Amino acid sequence: MLANLRQVFRYRALISSLVARELKARYRGSVLGFLWTFANPLLLLGIYTFVFTVVMPGSRGGTRLEPYALFLLCGILPWTWFQTSVLESCTVLVAGGNLIRKVLFPAEVLPIVTVLTGLVNFALSLLILAAFLAYYARPVSAGELAWLPVIVLVQLTFTLGLSLLLSSLTVHFRDLRDLAANLLTLWFWGTPIIYSMSQAPERFHRLLGWNPLTHLMVAYQSVLFLEGPYDGWPALLWLGVLSLALLGVAYFVFDRLRDTLAEEV
Amino acid sequence: MHAVEVRDVRKIYRRYGRRKSFGTLKSALLSGGVLRNLRPDTTFLALDGVSLDVEAGRTVGIIGRNGSGKSSMLKLIAGIGKPTSGTVRVSGRVSALIELGAGFHPEISGRENVFINGMMLGLSKAEIARRFDDIVSFAELGEFIDEPVKTYSSGMYMRLGFAVAINVDPDVLLVDEVLAVGDEAFTHKCLEKFAEFKRRRKTIVLVTHTLDLVTRLCDEAVWLDGGKVRAAGDPKRVVDAYLLEVVSSENRPRTEAPPDPAAAPDSNGAGRWGSREAEIEQVELLRADGQPAHVFESGQPMRIRAHVRAPRPLQDFVFGIGIFTADGVCCFGTNTDIEGGVPRELSGSGDFTVDIDRLDLVAGAYKLDVAVHRHDGVPYDYHRFLYSFRVASPVKDTGIYRPRHRWTFGGGITIAEPPGGQP
Repeated sequence: MLANLRQVFRYRALISSLVARELKARYRGSVLGFLWTFANPLLLLGIYTFVFTVVMPGSRGGTRLEPYALFLLCGILPWTWFQTSVLESCTVLVAGGNLIRKVLFPAEVLPIVTVLTGLVNFALSLLILAAFLAYYARPVSAGELAWLPVIVLVQLTFTLGLSLLLSSLTVHFRDLRDLAANLLTLWFWGTPIIYSMSQAPERFHRLLGWNPLTHLMVAYQSVLFLEGPYDGWPALLWLGVLSLALLGVAYFVFDRLRDTLAEEV
Repeated sequence: MHAVEVRDVRKIYRRYGRRKSFGTLKSALLSGGVLRNLRPDTTFLALDGVSLDVEAGRTVGIIGRNGSGKSSMLKLIAGIGKPTSGTVRVSGRVSALIELGAGFHPEISGRENVFINGMMLGLSKAEIARRFDDIVSFAELGEFIDEPVKTYSSGMYMRLGFAVAINVDPDVLLVDEVLAVGDEAFTHKCLEKFAEFKRRRKTIVLVTHTLDLVTRLCDEAVWLDGGKVRAAGDPKRVVDAYLLEVVSSENRPRTEAPPDPAAAPDSNGAGRWGSREAEIEQVELLRADGQPAHVFESGQPMRIRAHVRAPRPLQDFVFGIGIFTADGVCCFGTNTDIEGGVPRELSGSGDFTVDIDRLDLVAGAYKLDVAVHRHDGVPYDYHRFLYSFRVASPVKDTGIYRPRHRWTFGGGITIAEPPGGQP
């Protein structure tokens, strides 16, 4: 397993080239280019903002989530990264079957590339967020902003773990993808993205606390949107540790299934 | 020093027959037990205790029928998959030509694909940059290198794939039947590259159905049969043994078949039918020295001898033979009637012999018909394509018939070694 990990490290140049290729191939020949990546989050942003500020303005209670669009963006962008990575990693091995069967090639490169491509898109989409911050003239404290890389790193670890696990399992159980697609919808609504933690009834806080993404979203919102110091960091660090454990388990499972991949995809 | 060492390798493939293409979690849960479903339904023994050493600098050909384990063996040597038991050791850098351009992405340019494909095969960016010009010139792409790969013709695609794989500059090159897909020029180019590899004392392991290639290119041949090594060593000997086996198992006269006079020929046209009032019991192909053989030198004699038996005396009988190419083109056919023979009597056992003084055929595989039938053509015993032989020749000319010929030159033409040096 360690030898394989070293091999992945050895392939880092390939991984970065593949990420570049993914980005390039996706946007080549399209008029709007990489703006398409943001079409979906921006659409969601528009819809939710319209629904919750125009159609039913009372639904947000008396909380001070203003401007709502900015609040929403803090959650939707990282969610988009998470969701696309998880969904795509369900099919990435089957789609790359030709490579796995015909070329000596560490298969984990493929889901890793998927997640990292998502990360690049996410980083680019932060530019939109920055534009919104500037537009609303929101002050962001440098001390809090320092947390941002940590939050991203934790999300990266968590997403990588889940993607590795799912990518190898979907080779054997093809309907995991459908299951994942539906669970992701549930997951979206069970995470404070379009609502804030403080809006959720007190009795659900415990339940929401079990959701790893809750802590990530709360972290993004606290750092980028809410005023006052970010005090949720112990939970974030715990999540980081758990994510590492998940990544370890996922890699172990992937490694065990490795030899069956070439025969099953 | 061994470049490749394979020791007692067994490879068991698992088949998940019940849920082969639609393995779903739902079905796993419904049928009770995810774990049970991860267990295979049937297993398939692709390799059964194969040991094989390839010395550095040698070229080895692996032959065998489809499903004999050739490609599995190659993949294990390449490191794609692990043996179920046993060990595979390879020293030096390996490059496997299993599928050309397997990792190309159609949307991006040839240039970018070369870099990514090269990195997949284990090269660093700097190494690829150094070899980039060689790769492009081998692939004959020119300007096209900066176009997206989806605009390439299949020939360009293959050439580029081959160029990248070969420029990995491996110590051990593994080739799986890639030459079967290219056109003449491409094949020629690849063969030249292989020859260059050989000169540079690199190791090549070749899986192919083109037996000719094995005898021409390889220092050694290995015949895999049902996952086991049937024979190994001198390529000519191994190829001959293999051909003999293929012939005798696929084209053996089906004496055990029901005596149905209207037995239809099988899919490849081979078969045996007739009333059996006279039977051809045995057919032999003999060399000049009287030894039974399967391979004949072009231009040398061949003798066809058949043993015939008739339970009851017959007065109306014609013996015939026919020589066909592997794809069924008749090269020559004759019978005793055409050539003016008048039958008197055939009773009990007998034999007839056809002596061909010069077998003036080009190198290749040929099939043979032997028959005994009535004057009006109604067969007693017709053996269609049941025998085969190969013609070998040091000269790689083409066609079917090779007349005795020679070249002469006059005037201002000088040729260093006059061609056509026939025996």
